[in-house]
Amino acid sequence: MEDLLNAIVLLCNFVIVPALAYGAQLALGALGVTLIYGILRFSNFAHGDLMAFATMIVILVTWVLQDAGIGIAPLPTALLALPVGILGAIAISLVTDRWVYRFYRERKSAPVTFVIASIGVMFMLNGIVRVVIGPDDQSFADGSRFLLEVGEFREWTGLKEGLAIKMSQALTLAVAVLCVGALFYFLQRTRAGKAMRAYSDNEDLALLSGVDPARVVFYAWVIAAALATIAGTLYGLDKSFKPFTYFQLLLPIFAAAIVGGIGQPLGAIVGGFIVAFSEVMITYAYRKFLLYLLPQEWVPDGLVQLLSTDYKFAISFVILVVVLLVRPTGVFRGKVI
Amino acid sequence: MNRYFKKTLMASAALLGLAMASNAMAQEDIKVGVILGFTGPIESLTPDMAASAELAMKEASDSGLLLGGATVTPIRADSTCVDAAAATAGAERLITSDNVVAIVGADCSGVTTAIAESVAIPNGVVMVSPSATSPALTTITDNGYFFRTAPSDARGGEVLAQIVMDHGITNVAVTYTNNDYGKGLADSFSAAFVNMGGTVAATAAHEDGKADYSAEVAALAASGADHLAVFGYVDQGGKGIIQTSLDTGAFQGFILGDGMIGQSLIDNLGDGINGTIGNVPGSDSEGSKTFDVLARDGGIEGDGPYRAESYDAGALIMLAIQAGGSADRASIQANIMNVANAPGEPIGPGELAKALQILADGGDVDYVGATNVELTEVGETTGSYKELIIEDGAFKTLSIR
Repeated sequence: MEDLLNAIVLLCNFVIVPALAYGAQLALGALGVTLIYGILRFSNFAHGDLMAFATMIVILVTWVLQDAGIGIAPLPTALLALPVGILGAIAISLVTDRWVYRFYRERKSAPVTFVIASIGVMFMLNGIVRVVIGPDDQSFADGSRFLLEVGEFREWTGLKEGLAIKMSQALTLAVAVLCVGALFYFLQRTRAGKAMRAYSDNEDLALLSGVDPARVVFYAWVIAAALATIAGTLYGLDKSFKPFTYFQLLLPIFAAAIVGGIGQPLGAIVGGFIVAFSEVMITYAYRKFLLYLLPQEWVPDGLVQLLSTDYKFAISFVILVVVLLVRPTGVFRGKVI
Repeated sequence: MNRYFKKTLMASAALLGLAMASNAMAQEDIKVGVILGFTGPIESLTPDMAASAELAMKEASDSGLLLGGATVTPIRADSTCVDAAAATAGAERLITSDNVVAIVGADCSGVTTAIAESVAIPNGVVMVSPSATSPALTTITDNGYFFRTAPSDARGGEVLAQIVMDHGITNVAVTYTNNDYGKGLADSFSAAFVNMGGTVAATAAHEDGKADYSAEVAALAASGADHLAVFGYVDQGGKGIIQTSLDTGAFQGFILGDGMIGQSLIDNLGDGINGTIGNVPGSDSEGSKTFDVLARDGGIEGDGPYRAESYDAGALIMLAIQAGGSADRASIQANIMNVANAPGEPIGPGELAKALQILADGGDVDYVGATNVELTEVGETTGSYKELIIEDGAFKTLSIR
């Protein structure tokens, strides 16, 4: 019995808890991508760097607050800086829309033109972030680090295995649930949200019914920018902030959006967790887990690992390709890219 | 007749000597290249390393004894530590356009191999690297032109394996940064450790510069080992691996390679890593203490690694020039081993003037320097290592091996 508990705790500590937090971060990112796709009808490749840009603002404000001695311990100060980051991200999104995307929208350019334009915006944002804060790791996490520590857990339960829950992980899940709740309320219950959904489903019909396209685009950017800021900040708090890693996040985020069905908010959330759990579970080595469950002699000598951790990114890529081949619409019947 | 002959012989010998001396006088400015990664991942270490090498050159120039009063001008080039193309271009410039007689450098193992193989060895220019530690450099075909004052990681790995054994640890998991340095050190450590009867339960590479190492740590922890040996960089993935291990309680203790030794590790990770053991090249010898004073007087403020090795690399070249009696590339190559090893008068740091005088008088020197230089037949030091343990938020030296 104790072996079974140890096995479960082990799996929680190394697979379930990290994957839940990572999944929530991906889901928030994928929601932004999916919204822009639904309304503006293109894959926004600049989303990863928008996250980096927004997180950069949050970090700068956090440093100012930390210097001034303002904090909300045990929660990280970055949460206080979040609104400023959101405003910054919204501003840069609206500026790029005004200067770049609107031009192509008025000419009714093909989606692929938008995608290429967004790659241009991506490089630009990338450059700004590197000039302002540099390409290196930045640490801005403060407050208490753990909700539950390994040592405490071992003492408390008497088990051999420990379970750690980091503050940032708990925070990620809580904030993600709040954001998703708020977003769904907005989309389902408010007039602006309904207009957005109508515009996404059938643009011409929505325009005929008097939906103002400029407002819909405005809301789409505001929400996507807010989600990008929150996702980026949570990822930075939980892991670490380095501009390049945000660029790399683009792949799992797009995989999540497409697996769930692009253009479908619910799909983005499910997709985020599917990608996160696949990445973690496929690269986890199950030897110790099996040692608890099986008799010693049945456990193989190897690590019982399906894929080396070096191939983590390959997993999102494989998921992406398989979904596009087998079920291009994704789990929730989204649009086909 | 006989007497006359003797006189003429003596006169011509004297003339010859004069001619040689004036020859040396004419060639009084000797250029020596210093190629280190002034930009790139170790840019914080290289200014002090270069200054230390140049300190030895200045000491030789100032003594006025080098080839009867020659001066040495160091010329710097950037190895970038990681970009082989940029490094070889820099070395090419030193050798063909600046016409240096020898090179101190390079620093990181990858670029050092590139420079040695494609520029220095084909051109017959001696390289003395103060910090390239990859075991692969022991066996490159160097025609006797590559030397190093830093010990090979093959030795570092063996010493560390012995230290780990002595601490009663017999089962470890190993992770290394995915490059020549990390892989070389991990391989030599694992081989030595298994030879001594230890078990390496799992080995996994990690990439530097990732945000998240939880998957790597999870896989390593699944091996069931209680201790994790980390061969990485202190400001890079190595730190991330240890941080994640501490967060998840995956390992009871850590074992560090020399790239992981740095106060920033303790400052970042706190009390969780007390009891961590490791090793780093270095010693508490008389020479290293003398060098510390010398370096401070020479305006080198930092206490970073490989300064002493850089000084020794510079000093070896100076002494080899003097021993051969000429700042000629081939002559330097022929004399480095002679001045570095016994027999001869032992020479410490700051005693270059004395050594130059002995050599000028036709004597023999054995350069000991700041790091107990003793070159093996392939031209690298065996080196000594400090056994370190982290206690109360600081590295403490337990022994010298």
